[in-house]
Amino acid sequence: MKRLFPIFSVITAVLLAYALYQALVVAPTDALQGDVYRIIYYHVPSAWTAFLLFFINFIASIQYLASAKESTQKAAKWVVIVIGVVGVIACFLPQVQHLLPTGMRPSAVATTVLAIPAFYFFVGKFFPGQRLDVLAVTSAEVGVVFCTIVLVTGPIWARPVWGIWWAPGDIRLTSTLVLWLIYVSYLVLRRFSNSAQTQMLAAALAVFGALDVPLVYFSIWFFRTQHPQPVIGGGGSMDPRMLHVLVISWMAFLCFAFLVCWSRFRLELLHREVEEAHAMKSLVGAGAAAKASVPLNRRPQ
Amino acid sequence: MSLWSVTFATLRKDIRLEWRSKDALNSMLFFSLLVVVIFVFSFDPLAEESRHIVGGLVWIGFLFASMMALNQTWARELRNQVLDAYRVSPAPANALFLAKALGNFIFVSVLEALMTPLFVIFYNLRVLGPAWQLIPVAVLGTWALVVNGTFFAAMSLRTRSREIMLPLLLFPISIPAVIAMVAATTAILTGEDSAHFYIVLLLTYDVVFTTACLALFETILHAE
Repeated sequence: MKRLFPIFSVITAVLLAYALYQALVVAPTDALQGDVYRIIYYHVPSAWTAFLLFFINFIASIQYLASAKESTQKAAKWVVIVIGVVGVIACFLPQVQHLLPTGMRPSAVATTVLAIPAFYFFVGKFFPGQRLDVLAVTSAEVGVVFCTIVLVTGPIWARPVWGIWWAPGDIRLTSTLVLWLIYVSYLVLRRFSNSAQTQMLAAALAVFGALDVPLVYFSIWFFRTQHPQPVIGGGGSMDPRMLHVLVISWMAFLCFAFLVCWSRFRLELLHREVEEAHAMKSLVGAGAAAKASVPLNRRPQ
Repeated sequence: MSLWSVTFATLRKDIRLEWRSKDALNSMLFFSLLVVVIFVFSFDPLAEESRHIVGGLVWIGFLFASMMALNQTWARELRNQVLDAYRVSPAPANALFLAKALGNFIFVSVLEALMTPLFVIFYNLRVLGPAWQLIPVAVLGTWALVVNGTFFAAMSLRTRSREIMLPLLLFPISIPAVIAMVAATTAILTGEDSAHFYIVLLLTYDVVFTTACLALFETILHAE
């Protein structure tokens, strides 16, 4: 695994450079906005990556909370399966179909819904025990970085195009900002809490944050329908060449995010091993610590 | 011991303690009085303008003032290891949570009942919309603040500098509730829009987060 890391870094660097070349040179200039629109190739992929990471954080937190007890673990598993099955069936019912925004195909929504149980079991299988919490902290930290990029590049684009830095009533801007605030408070909690219960508290906060996001969305949705704002052209179609570059950019950003997460994950594991070794040392004295220093504790707890 | 008997025993104890000391209530009252006075000096609005801004001012004042009651909620139980005694007792954890949340709800409601007339006097308010709707908004909004506040206060017990942690955790999660409270109050005061959507949103917020708090409180209390 460790040998893969430099190889993957090189691939990511090449991909990022290629995406930059595509975005600045190959992609056609926008008819209305001119060259300023090119920031979209950084803005949108960062946003998608950030949301994906926050989603992973949510899944890992749920898994961590559920893994505390055998019974909750079993219950959570069934709830997730039911969500998957009901969600997929619901997408094809005519009553639900006309609730979907126009242009969104039910099969696409069903695939997205299926991602929830798929992610849930994937995360539970490959990140047992304490590693779930390491995954949660890693994805939250990297997610906040990408979300910050979104919040910084947005106003840079908005100033020349809309004429304002920030549209306070806009649904996407505000919900992204609130999401960022929630995850920053999550990281603050982790920083300020120094007890053994930090992981449990943080997981509970992550669940609260995830419950909050749809409510934020609806609270502003109504606000906005009352006071329409000049915002992103929602259903507008995109030149296929632009979409192509956008997808390449997203791939590059995903690789980059994966790389950063990977090294952060390893760092956090090492950090915990060092902490455990220190605790061990002070517990049983120097002699026993020397014995425990080689294998350390890589097992799930 | 049933859930409700423990809840009411704890609630009665908290109210009696507060009645005798009046620590939280007095500090909240004086704090929100200061907020009202400072806002009056800094804005000095006409009656017409004040209808548009006073919804925000009222709720900001109550939000900040309720921090005092919320911070005190659990601090009292830390003395003499009362909270540890709760943990080992067979009493249901949710009873403790419900009692604390109901207690805070009563304290903050008393504060609101006493402070609202002052806002009316200082800002020359006259409600143009259906005034009775302010009651559900106040009840649901207060519960929205208090239920999460009680939960996060229990959470921040385990952190360094817990008094600072509470607002940092609570405010981001409370944003949709605050938006709904302020928008509903403004809609009722100005009589321009209907507040129904926001009342339903507040109700949804309350139901979702009360369920989440009750489901997770035991984990938080026993987290080791």
